[in-house]
Amino acid sequence: MARIWKLLKSAPPTALFGLIVIVAYILIAIFGPILTPYGESEIVGTQFIPRGEQGFILGTDNLGRDMLTRLIYGARNTIGIAFVTTCLAFLIGGVLGLMATTLGGWVDQLLGRLVDVLMAIPILIFALLILTITGTSVPVLILVIAVLDSTRVFRLARAVSMNIVVLDFVEAARLRGEGTSWIITREILPNALPPLVAEFGLRFCFVFLFISALSFLGLGIQPPTADWGSMVRDNATLITYGEITPLMPAAAIALLTVGVNFVVDWFLHKTSGIRDDK
Amino acid sequence: MTNNGGNSGEVLLEMRGLRIEGQSEDQWNEIVHGVDVTLRRGEVIGLIGESGAGKSTIGIASMGFARPGCRITGGSIVFDGMDLRVASDEQLRKLRGSRIAYVAQSAAAAFNPAHKLIDQYSETPVQHRVKSRAEAEKDAMELYRRLRLPDPENIGFRYPHQVSGGQLQRAMTAMAMACRPDLIVFDEPTTALDVTTQIEVLAAIKDVVEEFDTAAIYITHDLAVVAQMADRIMVLRYGDLVEEGNARDMLANPKEDYTRQLLAVRSYKKEEAPPDESPVPLLEVRNVTASYGGRVTVLEDVSVKVGRGRTVAVVGESGSGKSTLARVITGLLPPSEGAVLFDGEELPASYKRRSRDQLRHAQMIYQMPDTALNPRQKIRDIIGRPLSFYLGLKGAAREKRVRELLAMIEMDPDEFIDRLPGELSGGQKQRICIARALAAEPELIICDEVTSALDQLVAEEILKLLQRLQDELGVTYLFITHDIATVKAISDEIVVMLQGRVVDHGPKHDILTPPHDPYTDLLLSSVPEMDPDWLDDLLADRAARKARGEKVFESADQ
Repeated sequence: MARIWKLLKSAPPTALFGLIVIVAYILIAIFGPILTPYGESEIVGTQFIPRGEQGFILGTDNLGRDMLTRLIYGARNTIGIAFVTTCLAFLIGGVLGLMATTLGGWVDQLLGRLVDVLMAIPILIFALLILTITGTSVPVLILVIAVLDSTRVFRLARAVSMNIVVLDFVEAARLRGEGTSWIITREILPNALPPLVAEFGLRFCFVFLFISALSFLGLGIQPPTADWGSMVRDNATLITYGEITPLMPAAAIALLTVGVNFVVDWFLHKTSGIRDDK
Repeated sequence: MTNNGGNSGEVLLEMRGLRIEGQSEDQWNEIVHGVDVTLRRGEVIGLIGESGAGKSTIGIASMGFARPGCRITGGSIVFDGMDLRVASDEQLRKLRGSRIAYVAQSAAAAFNPAHKLIDQYSETPVQHRVKSRAEAEKDAMELYRRLRLPDPENIGFRYPHQVSGGQLQRAMTAMAMACRPDLIVFDEPTTALDVTTQIEVLAAIKDVVEEFDTAAIYITHDLAVVAQMADRIMVLRYGDLVEEGNARDMLANPKEDYTRQLLAVRSYKKEEAPPDESPVPLLEVRNVTASYGGRVTVLEDVSVKVGRGRTVAVVGESGSGKSTLARVITGLLPPSEGAVLFDGEELPASYKRRSRDQLRHAQMIYQMPDTALNPRQKIRDIIGRPLSFYLGLKGAAREKRVRELLAMIEMDPDEFIDRLPGELSGGQKQRICIARALAAEPELIICDEVTSALDQLVAEEILKLLQRLQDELGVTYLFITHDIATVKAISDEIVVMLQGRVVDHGPKHDILTPPHDPYTDLLLSSVPEMDPDWLDDLLADRAARKARGEKVFESADQ
């Protein structure tokens, strides 16, 4: 505990800001149902009530639902799904990437070429294609994005562990007769972790934006579930009237992305051992 | 250079009460505690000490510079009447490269691989407007010739990777001489080189420094090398001056204990182990030929026998194939021909097909203890893993054995068992590597340059430890090294390798007493001795033998 406190005290203001933002989002996501005055898809008034009128702090949307409530529920759905997806992407990409370097030879070749093929297709188009075929449900959404994103994780995990797998302690473990799973989980993974954790933060943002983009296009999280991407689309007509309400979800996305990146930068800086020189 | 003794001539550089701090974990710690250095024109001063003594930091401070993460906090640095601590960046820029030059330890890392040697040579004089580009090139060829680089007219038009390490180091010295500076700082210029190459570089540096009457600061951890180069020696330890004096006087009559220790460092000799009586040697490498990727042959028809309880040293310079031999024995590189026999039984060529017991019997200790230990595992787990993996020890029994092993390598179990490798010094890490190898209860331990990354005094402690363990446990060593001093200290038998072949082998006594095989002779005679006249005598002797028409080996690629 004391160590964590010391670490926080040494953090630059940007990182602290990022941490506060992330913690706030998590709290809002967890306590969403308590914080919100209405139900997630409850129609509470006429459509497009302006901000601050009739007790609606952010007004109502195109179906007369409370914007603030939708925004808070949106945090739950979007962040939750993005988090699960990123975890899955790291599980797939990380394990395969480390396996590719540890086993080498044809395993490495096969996995590498497979990833090349997947990466050759633009990710958004590929996702749209598959989601159109399979139909959109949350599990499919998570799986598709996780697989597509795991290609990037694979590349990073492979690149990082390439430098570790040649070190003497890995050779010593091989010569001891250790199996592949020991070498991956005990020898390589702990040393590859810092860059992977940093990448986790970045990937989380990308996945998050990607889900919002898909939702905006109508193939992401389906109504009436609240989601920041589709909220922007649903209320897009208001923008033409000079109303900024539809941009609130977009701002929520932007703020979280900035916060996560601040923290990731700090983490990378700490683990890479870069010093500030004059 | 030795003739002017450093007593005459005007003072060129004077550092008084120099204090330098280094940063670690957001804290500034003083690493040089008020050291005085006085250097006269044409004088060569040797800074000697172990790593962490502050010798490089002081050397660089003579240019008014501190490495990133360091800062000069006290004292004065006066170069030829100018105080470098208050000098402006512009003044310093004019000075560096033109009047003070620096030669780094690793020339390979200090050259830009994307530019030709002569382009990098010309950069400084042209920048400082001392010479035009054409003059600089002409001058470069002249210096290359004086530094006895082969083909001086054309070698400058090669890229750094196209010349050898020793040649690169000489090209770097030429580069430092480009503006005919008053002072050159040599920072361990020969440490990374083989002994036979080291001689060439030392002789070349000595010649040019003498010829142009350049003052020099020569930084090294090797007292025998500094004996050849310096007029005056300063012994440093932990950022303090231990002893300073005329080179000859100090070597003949050291005053401080620490200096005496450094002088005595190569005197350790083990007693010869009893010969192996059994008919079958513990390890036999039989007519092994091996290559990387089937193209470049690195081992050719190599046969080595290692008797039980004995220490066999495989000695050779870089590229001799000695480390490849270790890879063949451990099964990392299956040989294309020949076999490895352990206790009379042929081992499968690849480690992947060897049984757990076969793997257990031959353990390995690596050159770099930093990379040989997983930085994320605690000492308990590092030593404990072979115990549970090979011997099935668990829980309290395992803990007990780990503690026994730590005691065996003279490290306090309570203090060290919960530490991570990053919290240990280099020598302590190497001890942990030894404990890890011992944990498997092996019969053979392959030591691959285990002392070359360590300071001399620490290295000697490690050798003594290994010897004690052999006496107590009867373990057999195959010792791979390029360092003749280590060979003399620890071996019972010697195998000399050159370009993938065994050129000489036999009991230590036979190999070390003349007559030698020509290459063994070159190798042995190239090891620097404490005698300040050693280099001059050796070069004179080689020249005389050449003049008599004898064939003299002067480098490994002849």
